[in-house]
Amino acid sequence: MADITDITDITDIIEQENESNEMILSMGPQHPSTHGVLRVVLKLDGEIVTDLDCDIGYLHRGVEKICEHRNYQMIAPYFDRTDYIAAVSNGLCYVETIEKALNLEIPLRAQYLRVILVELNRLSSHLLWLATHALDIGAVTVFLWAFREREEILKIFENFFGARLTCHAFRIGGMTYDAYDGFQAQVKSFCDRFPKCLEDYETLLNTNRIWLSRTVGIGIISSDDAINIGLTGPPLRGSGVEWDIRKAHPYECYSDLEFDIPYGENGDTYDRYLVRMEEMRQSRRIILQALEKLPDGEVMAPKAPKTVKPPIGEYYHSIESPKGELGIYLVSDGSAQPARLRIRPPSFVNLQALRQMAIGHLVADVVAIIGTLDIVLGEIDR
Amino acid sequence: MYIYLLSAPIWFSKLPILKDYLDPMVLDYLVWPLVQIGLLLFVVLTLIAYLTLAERKISAWIQVRIGPNRVGPQGLLQPLADGIKLLIKEDLIPLKADKGIFIVAPIIAMVAALVSLAVIPWGAAWATISNIDVGLLFILAVSSFGVLGIILGGWASNSKYALLGALRSAAQMVSYEVPMGLALIGALMFTKTLALQDMVINQENLHIWNVLFQPLGFLIYLISGIAETNRAPFDLPEAESELVAGYHTEYSGFRFSLFFIAEYASMLIISAIAVTVFLGGWYLPGLSYILIPGSTLFVLASIGVFAFKTLVLLYVFFWLRWSLPRYRYDQLMELAWKWMIPASLANILLTATILVIAKEFGLIESQGNFLSISTAGYIFLIGTAFIITVPLTWIILGQINARSRDFNLREVEPLPMNRAKKNS
Amino acid sequence: MIFFLQEQIPLPNPPISSAPPVQVNAILTDINPIVNYLPILLLLIIAISFPVVALNISSFLRRTVFDQAKLSAYECGNDPVGDARERYSVRYYIIAMLFLIFDVETVFLFPWAIIYDQLAIFGLIEIFIFIGILIVGYYYAWRKGALEWV
Repeated sequence: MADITDITDITDIIEQENESNEMILSMGPQHPSTHGVLRVVLKLDGEIVTDLDCDIGYLHRGVEKICEHRNYQMIAPYFDRTDYIAAVSNGLCYVETIEKALNLEIPLRAQYLRVILVELNRLSSHLLWLATHALDIGAVTVFLWAFREREEILKIFENFFGARLTCHAFRIGGMTYDAYDGFQAQVKSFCDRFPKCLEDYETLLNTNRIWLSRTVGIGIISSDDAINIGLTGPPLRGSGVEWDIRKAHPYECYSDLEFDIPYGENGDTYDRYLVRMEEMRQSRRIILQALEKLPDGEVMAPKAPKTVKPPIGEYYHSIESPKGELGIYLVSDGSAQPARLRIRPPSFVNLQALRQMAIGHLVADVVAIIGTLDIVLGEIDR
Repeated sequence: MYIYLLSAPIWFSKLPILKDYLDPMVLDYLVWPLVQIGLLLFVVLTLIAYLTLAERKISAWIQVRIGPNRVGPQGLLQPLADGIKLLIKEDLIPLKADKGIFIVAPIIAMVAALVSLAVIPWGAAWATISNIDVGLLFILAVSSFGVLGIILGGWASNSKYALLGALRSAAQMVSYEVPMGLALIGALMFTKTLALQDMVINQENLHIWNVLFQPLGFLIYLISGIAETNRAPFDLPEAESELVAGYHTEYSGFRFSLFFIAEYASMLIISAIAVTVFLGGWYLPGLSYILIPGSTLFVLASIGVFAFKTLVLLYVFFWLRWSLPRYRYDQLMELAWKWMIPASLANILLTATILVIAKEFGLIESQGNFLSISTAGYIFLIGTAFIITVPLTWIILGQINARSRDFNLREVEPLPMNRAKKNS
Repeated sequence: MIFFLQEQIPLPNPPISSAPPVQVNAILTDINPIVNYLPILLLLIIAISFPVVALNISSFLRRTVFDQAKLSAYECGNDPVGDARERYSVRYYIIAMLFLIFDVETVFLFPWAIIYDQLAIFGLIEIFIFIGILIVGYYYAWRKGALEWV
């Protein structure tokens, strides 16, 4: 296994080519399974990866810099476009940061609705992960089956926000609109059907010899290494660390809801697969509880200011997004625009583990490991 | 000694123009084969075009989709539209490519696939184009020529993905050719000939399909055959999630479609050989009681039987492709060298031993070109094949691969949190 | 010398089959069985001419606008690093060598299998010796790690 401190650079790898006579293969940005525009430069001995480096930035749009020149309300939609797979979670992280800075209390109904929507978003994000991960390993059918269920969730989002992917969901101080008529029934019927669908995927994959031999023991990362690199989310929990911000630092109404944190043991691709599958079950559990407890009342805090001007200071808030800890660090100078806004994207940090996980494996495993890290390039490049 | 000769059906040789002006030798060896080849190529190429549609439709049904339904009624003209599209598409030859080899490679792949069609017994009597006495060896030889087209194509492209794909496919196809050849040998002990038409006739004489004598051989042949045609779960040479498109990354337009036709044609050939050697070819028990053997209707019915069996096997190809994930390269090679080859060797030795025992007890007798088997012999041979050969080979494989890394995985356990819940 | 007769004469000793005995329009005294390959040759010619003709037709129909970028080798949108034709792993050659050994063995087994029921016990002992030698070599290759890929 490679040492994490032994950092290489792409130019180093390319320059080494003449000396070692090993093949340098550029995988991405135009590649079917680098999940967008990630470029991985691989050094191959036969098909074995001896070294690799990630080249990112093909999707850089300067979101953090743009934020410094927008009013606080105008910033929110930009967060739908960082991690576009989990737009609702990202939006939640932003509005909560501002609410924390303003010390705003959110009505209970809005909190419950937020939790339902964020957990639905977690389901849709995990379904997309399952679809693409299975596709990378060659199980094409799971891809379309997972998309069928994701479609249901996107329909709920479309009814609620008017957009399917980049749904600007929440406002600072609560929600713009209350739930539409039939929202609860639609979510309930989806949750009722969902376990059957999960069983379908698991029938295709869980005990499939090929699936097992492609995932078990692939991309192992120990719990110590995972913590040192700073992994969060399923990659961390797959290594056996029981850490979830929803439990550790509860936000919204998570402390009122019952759920378990799934964690693995071996830190391999299969454990991360199991963890995410179990997380989907737990998300469904959360949604059903929240639907039951959903109170009546306002969805917008009455004290929510028209012009948002957080007091001077530095604020950090993080939530458990589907991919890990999504944090926002905000420096406010008291004006209507942030002085500095920095995003801690989970995918960016998780991607660091790729090198350690992939060296010594085959090209095919690199694809599986990129899939299991569940990265989104919009979030990495920002 | 039986001499193989070609003959046109009597109705054909009595056609007025042909009868009057042509030498019968020319008629039998040139005119009739030309008619057959014309028909065969037309049917096979149309079938290949429609197999692509079938694959898309079947995959759509498996994946709860509708599939192509825009071109023509129910999308039935889709293959035609695809063909025209590929024909008028831009044809790129990369600057760094080796131009001559780049052009020749897809032609080699396709010709190798099409020439094998000549010796396959598509039906009884006159339905075969040529029944040469080394038919099976001929097919094995010619179809292994196809790998040359793939290697040359990948090499000539001068692109890393194409080269990796070509290397993979070369190693994969040669590896699986060994168990494929070895798996056929068990069946050859019963059919006692290499001429494919005679294999079918021998199975007809024994009133049995060889798959009952050779279940293990059939299984090994089928798995190796799928790997040999680069189909999922063994589609490593063109694994799109790793190698983008493998050996034909740089090919476009009609050159690409030549590779595509070659792949589907070799699928057809693998299925056709499996049907001929293991599933009785065009022989269907009871067919000769319904129709008069040798009549035109009988021959047409036999072609239908053969086509049906082949299509069922082709469906298995599709079914596997859309249900299973893809093997990794080292696992694929391990499957070939550590599982398939020992299994096929064990199959040969066990079948040989069982045959000798049966012969010593007088259950089978050799009569010239074929065997004669008593009723007890049938029970003995089929019983031992299922009760002794298959489990014994399984045990041997389990023993020699006891320490294999990939196929003896640790016991897959539920997540710790679920385990605790289960205990409490 | 080939004679053509008008009568249709069945061949001697045809195999027992529900299909009728193969009938020929002529009795051939010393015909070379190589003529059976004639249709295969025909098919070969037609099979070669099909792609050639199709590619030529295609060259009249298709549009050709080339530029430098389009004609470069595909490497995921980047300029290719180095040349594709470098040194690559020796394992591919090892597999090729092993294949040669096993494929030749397979070819030897084909004629043996065809007359196996006549050879009987002699054939059985022979094949155990033959495959035994093969297995020794196979075991050696396995222990030497020639079958390992990683």
